[in-house]
Amino acid sequence: MNIIITSIITLAAIGLIAAVILYFIAQHFKVEEDPRIEIVEGLLPGANCGGCGKAGCRNFAESCVKADTLDGMLCPVGGNETMKKIASILGKEAVEAAPRVATIRCNGSCQNRPRTNSYEGASSCAITHNLYIGESGCAYGCLGCGDCVSVCHLGAISIDSTTKLPVVDTDKCGGCGACARTCPRGIIEVRPLGIKGRRVYVGCMNKEKGGIARKSCNVACIGCGKCAKECPFDAITISNNLAYIDSNLCKMCRKCVDVCPTGAIQALNFPPKKKSETTTTDTSTQQ
Amino acid sequence: MNKLVVSPSPHIHSGLTTAQCMYGVLIALLPAFFVSLYYFGLGALLVTVTAVLSCVVFEYLIQKYLLKGQPTIANGSAILTGVLLAFNLPSNLPLWIVVIGSLFAIGVGKMAFGGLGNNIFNPALAGRIFLLISFPQQMTTWPRPQAFNMALDGETGATTLNILKRGNIDEIINIDVMEMLIGNAGGSFGEVSAIALLAGFAYLLLKRIITWHIPVSIIATVFLFSFFVTLHEGIEYALIFAELQIFSGGLLLGAIFMATDYVTSPMTRGGMILYGVLIGIITVVIRLWGAYPEGMSFAIFIMNGVTPLINNYMRPKRYGEVAKNG
Amino acid sequence: MKTFRIGGVHPSDNKLTAHCPITQAPLPSQAVVLLSQHIGAPAQCIVEKGDQVKVGTLLARANGFVSANIHSPVSGTISKIDNVADASGYNKAAIYINVEGDVWEESIIRNDELIRECQLDSQAIINKIDEMGIVGIGGATFPTKVKLMPPRDMTAEVLIINAVECEPYLTNDHALMLAKPDEILVGISILMKAIHVERAYIGIEVNKPDAIELLQQKVQSYTGIEVVPLQCRYPQGGEKQLIDAILRRQVASGALPISTGAVVQNVATAHAVYEAVQKNKPLIERIVTVTGEQLSQPGNYLSRIGTPISQLIETAGGLPEHTGKIVLGGPMMGRATANIDTPTSKGTSGLLILPEEQSHRHEPSPCIRCAKCVSACPMGLEPYLLSRAVAVDNLEIAEEHHIYDCIECGCCSYSCPAHRPLLDYIRLGKGKVMNIIRNRSTEKKQ
Repeated sequence: MNIIITSIITLAAIGLIAAVILYFIAQHFKVEEDPRIEIVEGLLPGANCGGCGKAGCRNFAESCVKADTLDGMLCPVGGNETMKKIASILGKEAVEAAPRVATIRCNGSCQNRPRTNSYEGASSCAITHNLYIGESGCAYGCLGCGDCVSVCHLGAISIDSTTKLPVVDTDKCGGCGACARTCPRGIIEVRPLGIKGRRVYVGCMNKEKGGIARKSCNVACIGCGKCAKECPFDAITISNNLAYIDSNLCKMCRKCVDVCPTGAIQALNFPPKKKSETTTTDTSTQQ
Repeated sequence: MNKLVVSPSPHIHSGLTTAQCMYGVLIALLPAFFVSLYYFGLGALLVTVTAVLSCVVFEYLIQKYLLKGQPTIANGSAILTGVLLAFNLPSNLPLWIVVIGSLFAIGVGKMAFGGLGNNIFNPALAGRIFLLISFPQQMTTWPRPQAFNMALDGETGATTLNILKRGNIDEIINIDVMEMLIGNAGGSFGEVSAIALLAGFAYLLLKRIITWHIPVSIIATVFLFSFFVTLHEGIEYALIFAELQIFSGGLLLGAIFMATDYVTSPMTRGGMILYGVLIGIITVVIRLWGAYPEGMSFAIFIMNGVTPLINNYMRPKRYGEVAKNG
Repeated sequence: MKTFRIGGVHPSDNKLTAHCPITQAPLPSQAVVLLSQHIGAPAQCIVEKGDQVKVGTLLARANGFVSANIHSPVSGTISKIDNVADASGYNKAAIYINVEGDVWEESIIRNDELIRECQLDSQAIINKIDEMGIVGIGGATFPTKVKLMPPRDMTAEVLIINAVECEPYLTNDHALMLAKPDEILVGISILMKAIHVERAYIGIEVNKPDAIELLQQKVQSYTGIEVVPLQCRYPQGGEKQLIDAILRRQVASGALPISTGAVVQNVATAHAVYEAVQKNKPLIERIVTVTGEQLSQPGNYLSRIGTPISQLIETAGGLPEHTGKIVLGGPMMGRATANIDTPTSKGTSGLLILPEEQSHRHEPSPCIRCAKCVSACPMGLEPYLLSRAVAVDNLEIAEEHHIYDCIECGCCSYSCPAHRPLLDYIRLGKGKVMNIIRNRSTEKKQ
């Protein structure tokens, strides 16, 4: 009995002494920090995607606390809601920003863009891109090895098994742009999500002359300029044989979609037209 | 014409595959297996078959249902684990204990770390040590070898290591080394025949599956260390003692087949030698002064744990590190 | 027998065309001459569409110090100056020439007579080599004149001639040595004169005993040249490995090979130097080994630069039915291509046609840490570690473990029993790390 009591007392004493020592050490080495940083960080999604332009969520939280206004500060993943919460904690004004999503600017599915050879090697777009043009004849299109899939912290991108193209889940995508930075061919653009997810964009990055581009892919932009002429808002520019739709100017009238001879212009999430769908592309799989 | 294949260089391959390495080691183990069949008969066969089957089945089940991946039992690594585990067991061990050992070897020793290539410890060794600690009675009762043995529970007797541990000089000098070379000695059934194991070693070297560095450094260290430790008893005795140390117990089996396991041994030549020397020293220390008669498994096990550290400090000699070394 | 001291592998030779004499390949109907056939800046085009050119007419001028002149390999009319898809499929600038007849520039001496004496001094030789657009035609296509002009604080002590040909299948150097031993030796003497050295070693692997014997017999009438038979081991033809094998000296990481006092030139380059200096002939044709088990007429074809590879394959008997892969160069370091219209360039040493069953890679399995890549690496690196570091994008670790020293020889991937794509990742990481280092040094300067 005695032994038990002695051990309990000894252990308790050791514990107590250790606790006291720990307390003083913790006090001594304590880093002074604004406690709000901790709270703000807790509100952030913790994806550390870098989409805000800062080095991770902690860094963003620090900048939010230090900044005078939250103007231009946006966590692309958490979106406006998160920013509102942060603003209320910090007593600052949140600035609304339109939600943005990654948009795949290539529609070279296996059907549209026949594969002329087969790649065997490490499954990485960067390696394939450095090695050669890719499995199809297009030097600008998607390589399909999924570097964007592996870099996405939010699991928003997957490769469609039939088209071999990446598909963005707009519900999960925070528009951080990590995929856009990773893609060696630069075919991913972060564009405004639009009302009900409606977007109009050129689904092609091919800068070759029309004939060459068309030869490698059925739905290539051939730089003919019909869309630019048709557009009532001057939202479309052509450079290097490639059309680009400025999302700030585009009013989603979809006139360009109708005139595009190759069907390179994509219109997503619009209700089906009454008469007939003019585009021949598989837009459904793009979503 | 088919589509042309495009891939980065190189476009040819040596043709060596993981499976070939594993089956190569299995082939090298065959002589020792035949010797054990001769001396320990049905018991050896049953233990081996049980261990191999349960290792393969456990690996398959874990990969398929727990990890939900592609089972890779075809590469032979689970078979090898099973055989090596079996070789480290007495031939009269109850089969249910063998199954438990296999489960531990595959489940904890290998799969818990992430499967082939990620385990820190040699799975077969993990299984054996687990059994040795859990069932010390059964694990250290070895049947006497007997030619064309068909009995499952024969006479049991002391092993050479027990005699060495007792340290009676007269007894030690009377041990017949020839019998030990052939395998007519007590012990776990895969480890008894030095000649069969050395034949396996020759095969492995010939096929370039392993290099000489680890086995040779272990054997040399054990010999030299035990020689110098007993030198005060006279050179002749020390020589016999050192020689017996090498041929007894699991030393050869461990040095040639267990310590050279790719996954758990160092990557560089220098690292391999350091690893071998330390295994040798730890083995002799445990054998002479430790509580157990055999120290090989523990020595390899400890050094398995040190391997990442060795890999970190023993780097290969780079080209141009010493420029102009004419 | 001498060989290099670290790593290396020994793939089976497969020198199917070892005793095929050099055969003249037919002229193409259209030659496509790339403006970038060498390491360094692309040459600057000086001709226009519609111009008439002869064989040997200067088409493009070297653009900067590390660059090379390009001459017309055929005679005819420039049909256009446009892009062409090279072996990688990416567009590169090129000059298209419609071939009409075979008229050579008058300055080129076209007989086979051996001219031994060379009256030019060192600088004149180097100028001539520069003018004739000679590059290292072993495969690296480094402009030869640059190697002959070492930085001021370094001096050449010895010339090493690379006649190793360690890549399996390739036999172009072997065929050249058997056909033109004297021309090669005169070329070597000229190179020795250019860099002021008294000694030259010709490194040849022992799988070419006839070439060793022939050259050993011929060198007796030349001073200071010695033939060094070398044990067969890949990558002995690597510059650094060859210096180690012959001189027992190693090039420090990041240093120039000349720091060991050695200048290494390929044996075919030595021959090209002979032709340039003694015969005024620019680098307009080269020997291409067209090989493969299923080809009906594999051989060593002397072909004009700019010939489409499809035509060379036709010459060698046509593309076999079950072709799986076409490799430009040897199987260890060559580049696979899907574009059979791509033209040959100065660096095209061979064309390897692999059958379907040899074209596929195995599915990679987990690394079993067998250390075969570590013992195979001729640079003493740890490929398993580097490739893993790059795969998880940890470039600091890759840099710390000297990924930039990798010579991309492929020994690691070749020997990996788990068929892991080690070199694929290391090559990617090497590029990234080199970029980081370059950026760092420019930042420092600013």
